[in-house]
Amino acid sequence: MARMNMIEAIRSAHDVMMDRDPSVIVLGEDVGYFGGVFRCTDGLQRKFGEHRVIDAPISEGGIIGAAIGMGVNGLRPIAEIQFADYIYPGFDQIVSELARLRYRSSGEFFSPVTIRTPCGGGIRGGQTHSQSPEGIFTHVTGIKTVMPSNPYDAKGLLISAIESDDPVVFFEPKRIYNGPFDGDPEKPAVSWGSHPKGEVPEGYYTVPMGQADIAQAGEELTIITYGTLVHVAIAAAKATGVDCEVIDVRTLAPLDVQTLAESVRKTGRCMVAHEATRFGGFGAELVASVQKECFYHLEAPIGRVAGWDTPYPHAFEWQYFPGLKRMSAGIRSVMEAG
Amino acid sequence: MSKKSRLHIPRPTARPGDKPDFSYLELAPAGSVDKPATDARPRDLEHLAGGLVRVLDDDHKAKGPWNPNFDANHLQIGLRWMLLNRVFDERMWQIQRQGRISFYMQATGEEAVAIAQAMALRPGDMCFPSYRSQGLYMYRGVSLVDMMCQCLSNTRDMCQGRQLPIMYHSKSGNVFSISGNLGTQYPHAVGWAMASAIKGEDHIAASWVGDGSTAESDFHHALTFAAVYQAPVILNVVNNQWAISTFQGTAGGERRPFAARGLGLGIPGIRVDGNDLLAVYSVTLWAAERARRGGGPTLIELVTYRGGAHSTSDDPSKYRPKDEWAAFPLGDPIERLKQHMIAEGHWSDAKHESLIDELKSEVTTAWKEAQKYGTMTEGPWLDPGTMFEDVYAEMPRNLESQRRRMYEIERGD
Repeated sequence: MARMNMIEAIRSAHDVMMDRDPSVIVLGEDVGYFGGVFRCTDGLQRKFGEHRVIDAPISEGGIIGAAIGMGVNGLRPIAEIQFADYIYPGFDQIVSELARLRYRSSGEFFSPVTIRTPCGGGIRGGQTHSQSPEGIFTHVTGIKTVMPSNPYDAKGLLISAIESDDPVVFFEPKRIYNGPFDGDPEKPAVSWGSHPKGEVPEGYYTVPMGQADIAQAGEELTIITYGTLVHVAIAAAKATGVDCEVIDVRTLAPLDVQTLAESVRKTGRCMVAHEATRFGGFGAELVASVQKECFYHLEAPIGRVAGWDTPYPHAFEWQYFPGLKRMSAGIRSVMEAG
Repeated sequence: MSKKSRLHIPRPTARPGDKPDFSYLELAPAGSVDKPATDARPRDLEHLAGGLVRVLDDDHKAKGPWNPNFDANHLQIGLRWMLLNRVFDERMWQIQRQGRISFYMQATGEEAVAIAQAMALRPGDMCFPSYRSQGLYMYRGVSLVDMMCQCLSNTRDMCQGRQLPIMYHSKSGNVFSISGNLGTQYPHAVGWAMASAIKGEDHIAASWVGDGSTAESDFHHALTFAAVYQAPVILNVVNNQWAISTFQGTAGGERRPFAARGLGLGIPGIRVDGNDLLAVYSVTLWAAERARRGGGPTLIELVTYRGGAHSTSDDPSKYRPKDEWAAFPLGDPIERLKQHMIAEGHWSDAKHESLIDELKSEVTTAWKEAQKYGTMTEGPWLDPGTMFEDVYAEMPRNLESQRRRMYEIERGD
């Protein structure tokens, strides 16, 4: 076991898989010589060579399109899109090609591409470096959508994604790359040094896709969330004194409805939370799934905490971000209702 | 020059009722373009993008350095497959008009592109086709019955009823799945070719788009990647003059040929008579050898003409002269090869007619067989539950439950 932050855990997943499987290659902007703007691929080109860790032109459509072709020819490409905000030029390749290739060719052709991309705000990134577009991808059938909330899951899930014959879009909440964040920007930053999920095996292991995790057990309210907000939810539970069960969805598609439903049947109350904008967001799917499975166990309407339906504003980041105050208000509101 | 800024709106030289006018098309006599060595530097190849490689002359002789010197056997192979492509298309068109398939697209007038290029590539080379490349599938071993069953969406349909007619695929023949979204296959071909080089193999990739699709972003992404990494790939632009109703000028073909699109990136471009089987074969073989020897990508513009409608849903008499194809200076690829073979003493009108009859009967036999696997009105039927398969490698729970629900609804539960 070693102490790793999320960046180191992600890098370790690459390292382990590139050692095990010569068909695993990496391409993306600045991923090679420099090692990535967030350092997730640092040292990989020196170790595995320029043919396996490839600096790509600034062309997200080209990166994803070429990765698809490489996957068809037997490689297992990991494509890094430098910011999730930059993924849209490759969107057609993801939706029309990557997601549907297996289907349209009745399983004759497929391309096991993993697309890694940092997402989310809280880093003073403004509206082009802060988005959480996961809900756009969960709506696309044929791809799996993953967002880990800690180093242990990040490495284990990334290895599962690389090994998967299905394409995976792997969102990395960059605010928590270096340490968990409880949603209060006034507090000094903390590292993964003392967090239990900062303890990461150095070798190969997997965290299976399609399974949610109970990040904190509780009896009074189920908070269903993922990414950075897992940590905010835990902090808000403590701040409000409500005995919350916090569920880390981890894999958004396919969704582990069973784990969510079991928890809500137990607590009788539910709140969903994500950093992405609310309207038409992934939270709506979570609410609908829980409502269908747990309607007669619910003691109050399901609460929803999300980013406001605006672009991510640079100067008002902390009014936009669903931090400790909004999460706590959401908890109180669900507890007072019904 | 006017004193004010103004938009240039590209207009074709002729619309319905006008006399066809191909004066815009720059031609060159057969044999007039030199054939450089395959390891020549890109800067020494730039003139090829503005020329027109032709082998078959107007007097039906094969001329010049690009002449592949086909023997009678090779000539007959080329002619036979082009004719099969045309006979098959004609029959499938009729079948669509009778309402027995929902949709069809012909390659009429463009058959030399798929057939000559299939002949020039090796079986291990991977093809990333566009929707008018049916000749590639035929040549690479997909049976007529299988192609018809795909168009019928029946129980033998390779796509299990998931794709529009003509969107074939062939893993064993190394021909990729046709998307329906335009130009998306171009970066796939480049990525496939990069992987081939990464793995140290000498297989190359080839892809096809139309003149219209060169305006898609994927075309430009692909060219950039191909140039940056010198990928072993042949990028073909089939310039058939028309993208549904817009002529090639609307895609930006008025000032520079499409073959010149890669010059700024250092990708050699060759403009070739796309209706000349011998020239297309020769140019493709040249580009393939260049790619296989580490010389990188080549962009080939194949100058041809879309002899038929865009698809069965299209009516070209609304936007172009009816007799435009007859006036096309590069003629019909089948007729030109036939006349060459006759001139060489390898062929005759009688043999030609008898071959057409033979192919028609082959197509009729295949159609009879294909219908046994189901038609639009008669069974056997595909199990609709198959629609939930192959979305993922393993079916997730939500799809399992939706499939159960679909069966319940269909049964009236």
